[in-house]
Amino acid sequence: MAQILSPQVASEQHLVAHWQSRLFRSTLNNRSLAIGLLIIASLGIVALLAPWLAPHDPYLQNTANRMVPPFWHDTGSWTHPLGTDRLGRDYLSRLIYGTRISLFIGLVVALISGLIGTTMGVLAGYFGGRVDAVVSYLLTTRLAMPVVLVALAMASLIGGSMLTVTLLLGLLLWDRFAVVARSATQQLRDAEYVQAAQALGCPLPYILLREVLPNIAGALIVVATLEVANAILLEATLSFLGMGVQPPSPSWGLMIAEGKTYMFFQPWVITIPGCALFVLVLAINLLGDGLRDLSAPGGRNE
Amino acid sequence: MSSPTAATNSVAPLALELCALSKTFKLGGGMLHKSQTLKAVNDVSLRVPRGQVMGLVGESGCGKSTLAKMLLGLTKPSGGDVLINGKAIVNANQKALARHIQPIFQDPYSSLNPRQRIAQIVGLPLRIHAIGTPKEQAAKVDEMLDMVGLPKRAAQQYPGQMSGGQRQRVAIARALIMRPDLVICDEPTSALDVSVQAQILNLLLDLKDEFGLTYLFISHNLAVVEHLADRLAVMYLGRIVEEGTREQIFNAPRHPYTQALLASALTPEPGLGVPDIGLGAGQPDPTQPPSGCAFHPRCPVAKPQCSQQSPALSAIAQGTAQATHQGSQARVACHFA
Repeated sequence: MAQILSPQVASEQHLVAHWQSRLFRSTLNNRSLAIGLLIIASLGIVALLAPWLAPHDPYLQNTANRMVPPFWHDTGSWTHPLGTDRLGRDYLSRLIYGTRISLFIGLVVALISGLIGTTMGVLAGYFGGRVDAVVSYLLTTRLAMPVVLVALAMASLIGGSMLTVTLLLGLLLWDRFAVVARSATQQLRDAEYVQAAQALGCPLPYILLREVLPNIAGALIVVATLEVANAILLEATLSFLGMGVQPPSPSWGLMIAEGKTYMFFQPWVITIPGCALFVLVLAINLLGDGLRDLSAPGGRNE
Repeated sequence: MSSPTAATNSVAPLALELCALSKTFKLGGGMLHKSQTLKAVNDVSLRVPRGQVMGLVGESGCGKSTLAKMLLGLTKPSGGDVLINGKAIVNANQKALARHIQPIFQDPYSSLNPRQRIAQIVGLPLRIHAIGTPKEQAAKVDEMLDMVGLPKRAAQQYPGQMSGGQRQRVAIARALIMRPDLVICDEPTSALDVSVQAQILNLLLDLKDEFGLTYLFISHNLAVVEHLADRLAVMYLGRIVEEGTREQIFNAPRHPYTQALLASALTPEPGLGVPDIGLGAGQPDPTQPPSGCAFHPRCPVAKPQCSQQSPALSAIAQGTAQATHQGSQARVACHFA
């Protein structure tokens, strides 16, 4: 009897296994979204509540208390849980205030470059022809420029500051937005609902903002998460090279730069901001990945 | 010409008149190769009396959809005139045009914005043209949804939650909510299940009578056109090769292309197989149309003269005085018809 039933049982088991693997896959996808969101949300709260969360003033120097190691070290103490830097400033407080700089620059850069890139891409994709030729020319010109080099050169000309870095990166990182918006709009331009709106005499801004933009927003949000992560890393790079956020601001890149002379004997000075940077960028990429899966039609992610 | 029917027919107002309408596209043309010209629509003249259904049939790529786009004001004609209710539209304001002419598209999966609710989609024409207060607009949307046979709750749904037939009903509601005179139906049933096609066609016929609409019904499905059209025009490579009433075209087709098209219709009878229509290879390259009559390379009755002279679309005498009148006269473009 059992032998007669076995093929059916086997197929049932196969079905269950298939169902489980699908469930597993979708939870894994959702999990990356959930983890990313959780980390970003908590870092966002940390950034907002920095004055209340930080145990010390991040700018307060105490030369008598330099290079105190973190709490897990033999000589560490809980007054400075993550130790102090070479000027005796509390490392945890600087890390907490640094979250503000990273998140601010990441978001504002993505906003500026998103506005520039989306506008150019949508116009190029919708009108085609000469508009497309001009935008494609600007795009190839922009892609031919190494971002770090141009940003470094410009920052050294103008003088590095948080505002300069934000504007420079915002004006440089629009390329992916433009590429994605252009190709997505090209696909939509001939969609029949766009034609229906044209035939109705809808004004151009209505067609672009209400018919086209909502339907390419999914792809643009994914690009935006990538660009936030990219901008945060570039800010750290520029600050590390001394052309970004200027001391005594507690930028994570600057903290790594200031600690690099001590890295062989007090490695935590660069490990701690490095880890913070890693966790933030990873969380943003997880979020972007999860959003990409969500925006794929019908939950497909192939 | 002096018969009473002719007189009444000649004053019957035309909803749509095309005069020598043409559209030429330039293709390619880079640094290394010359640009080619494609005559998508070539010297098309057509009259559609008010309240009638004009069927437009032809193979894919023969220029049907380009013609529809020109009528809707989405593409500018390269030459010729389009008259709607006797007024030229070539330089008309798109909004003014939209009140008279509306499209129903082929694919109900791409003709509705997936990010908008049905109420928004159907109410869009009213909002764009600022007709009525928001409350009146909502009431009109409800009324229109009811007329196309959709339940009230559909208003709050998204297109993704509906079936193909329901979506096409939404598209019809959007096209008719401003009570246009003329509706361009660009293969409105070819993307639907066979069981749903008949429902949509009957809905279109009912609404036509209710609103006094005129349809230009573009299709390559002859069965659909036979069910619906009063008159028929057959297009081949951008030209109209034959035009006449439904009976004239279906019972006594004159042009060899029309004959082949009718012979190509599949029958549900088993064992008959795919009909051999004797047209040989596919359509010629439209960028290099054949000389003379464009149909001659595929024509079963072609004579040497066909490759030199292009036949004009001319009226064929049908004997009765009534038939020779413009309104019901058949026209054919063939040397031997």
